[in-house]
Amino acid sequence: MSDMLLFKDIDEPGLNTLSVYEARGGYASLRKALATTPEQVLEQLEASGLRGRGGAGFQMGKKVSFLPKGQMSKYLVCNADESEPGTFKDRELMQKNPHVLIEGIAIAAYAAGADRSFIYIRGEYVLQADVLDAALVEAREAGYIGDRVLDSEHSLSLVIHRGAGAYICGEETGLLDSLEGKRGNPRLKPPFPANQGLYQGPTLINNVETLSTVPTIIAMGGEQYAKIGVESSTGTKLVSISGHIQRPGNYEIELGIPSREIIYGLAGGPPEGSEIKCWFPGGSSSPVLLPDDLDVPYDFDSMAKAGSMLGSGAIIVVDDSTPIVDLALKVAKFYRHESCGKCTPCREGTNWTVKMLERIDSGEATPMDLDIMASVQDHIIGNCLCVLGDAMAMPIGSMIAKFRAEFEQHIEMARAREEATLVGAAVGVGAATAGSTH
Amino acid sequence: MTTVPRLPGSTRASGWDEPADLTKDPALIPDPATTDVPAELRKQIEDAMALYPERHSAAIPALHAAQELHGWCSPEAIEQVACVMQVTPAYLDSVASFYDMLEKQPVGRHSVYVCTNISCSLRGADALLATLQEATEGDGDFNLRSFECLGACDLAPMASVDGVYVGPLELSDVPQLLDDTRAGRPVLPEKQLATKLVADPNANSQEFPRHAPEDGKR
Repeated sequence: MSDMLLFKDIDEPGLNTLSVYEARGGYASLRKALATTPEQVLEQLEASGLRGRGGAGFQMGKKVSFLPKGQMSKYLVCNADESEPGTFKDRELMQKNPHVLIEGIAIAAYAAGADRSFIYIRGEYVLQADVLDAALVEAREAGYIGDRVLDSEHSLSLVIHRGAGAYICGEETGLLDSLEGKRGNPRLKPPFPANQGLYQGPTLINNVETLSTVPTIIAMGGEQYAKIGVESSTGTKLVSISGHIQRPGNYEIELGIPSREIIYGLAGGPPEGSEIKCWFPGGSSSPVLLPDDLDVPYDFDSMAKAGSMLGSGAIIVVDDSTPIVDLALKVAKFYRHESCGKCTPCREGTNWTVKMLERIDSGEATPMDLDIMASVQDHIIGNCLCVLGDAMAMPIGSMIAKFRAEFEQHIEMARAREEATLVGAAVGVGAATAGSTH
Repeated sequence: MTTVPRLPGSTRASGWDEPADLTKDPALIPDPATTDVPAELRKQIEDAMALYPERHSAAIPALHAAQELHGWCSPEAIEQVACVMQVTPAYLDSVASFYDMLEKQPVGRHSVYVCTNISCSLRGADALLATLQEATEGDGDFNLRSFECLGACDLAPMASVDGVYVGPLELSDVPQLLDDTRAGRPVLPEKQLATKLVADPNANSQEFPRHAPEDGKR
């Protein structure tokens, strides 16, 4: 087990205050970064191999390097709209160590040449936003945020923006529209935010965990950081585990350890007497995996190879007492509710998937409906501005593929139940009619 | 005006089936000379606008502030925000109707959001919601609703009571949850998120005390 990087003594009382954070060496990385050039900071980020922790897993250093050079207004936006079902790692980080995020933002903004930054935090996170507000006041007073940061030539403003409850605002362009004060509808890409983002200016968008890792990278050096984890998935990752599990919560793991070690070793496995039926490795948007996949290493590429994705690092464990149709319906209903309605395949596809799953439950479906439902998923994927629809289509498609026999059995049983009720009713009506004619 | 019938089972945003009244002229940007805006609200909105390079960015904070004052995004609340921000009420309506936390209908003053997403429902959130529904039936003080993932699956099943996260909740917690909320006390202090230590046993190198519960005002 490697050292804790993000969760080291996370529950130390007062860590949310500047004095304790500084006593632990906080903001030393910012000083170190400001003593070098932005290009040198960028080199460290690229050398670290750090991949985005929000879901897509894109190389952070590359993302920074995509921003155009030269004098212009550039923006940095921290995506703290953590809404992916099963994910709650950023919540714990922001609540307990807000300054590491602010320091990370300051360093990343310096590397990217951004002079305005924003934290878009979901409106439900009231406690965490209050903690950040208080931390920002302290950081401003100490000169870490504001005009001429620590007497350098670099200036940075930071605004904490509270959202109002919409999953789609976790999608980067939906977030930008929402931050501009509109409905959170995703935009057509390209242009990518690096070129035309917030207020049409070049914008760097990163997840809370990604930015919170930046001070560590600067402190230890990019190459040193890259030695943690495995090739192409460097570093540690915060994993949120929930569902049918003995010790739900957040864990910091070195990328590349076997998934079994996380689910059974750290989190204690499913409750006594039950077995894992399936598990989501990266939030509800990731295709489900089976108990056979428990030995797949937990890193970006291995998960992709196993047919799923690491996503936001949220493992949801489902035990064998749960009917797969119920699970699919929960997933589909969520995406139907959260679809912004802009693109037809997603708006209609999520709605019809829910309806088809409800038909299965009410005994109106035939096994052919499974093929139709699978084809609906195929028609959503890749056909919308953003991947919200895909995020339903992938897990639903994987459930149909992996649990087809159970779906068919559910269909048969529901039909038989419905027929029995209909026959029962018909007999009752028949008897009543027969009685009345006499 | 006739209302378009709503398809059963649809969970689309409220208000989508309300037709526009074509007999009325579109509402213009309210005239500051004739629109009365409470000074406190005006200040909150102006402060919010000052934070951003573009004033429209303040739409959500401004609507939050107006909702705090009026209880919901009423036409009057929207009118006041529109007046200070100098935008049309329709623009703000489009924003308010998009987000789950902005209310387009009058609601009870205490919000109880019960997470019914996957992880919480695997651990009994649906029964929790049903129990809460039964216990608050006919009580206009509560805005009880099911909510999509609130990002606290480690507390499953959980709820956000006036913005304070509590969990894991047992059905037997429901009476105290409601009593605390009614009385304005901190809700279920020992079950608040703020008191929880991280689950990872390797994270803390020593024993740390649990954080004290928050004060009662939130």
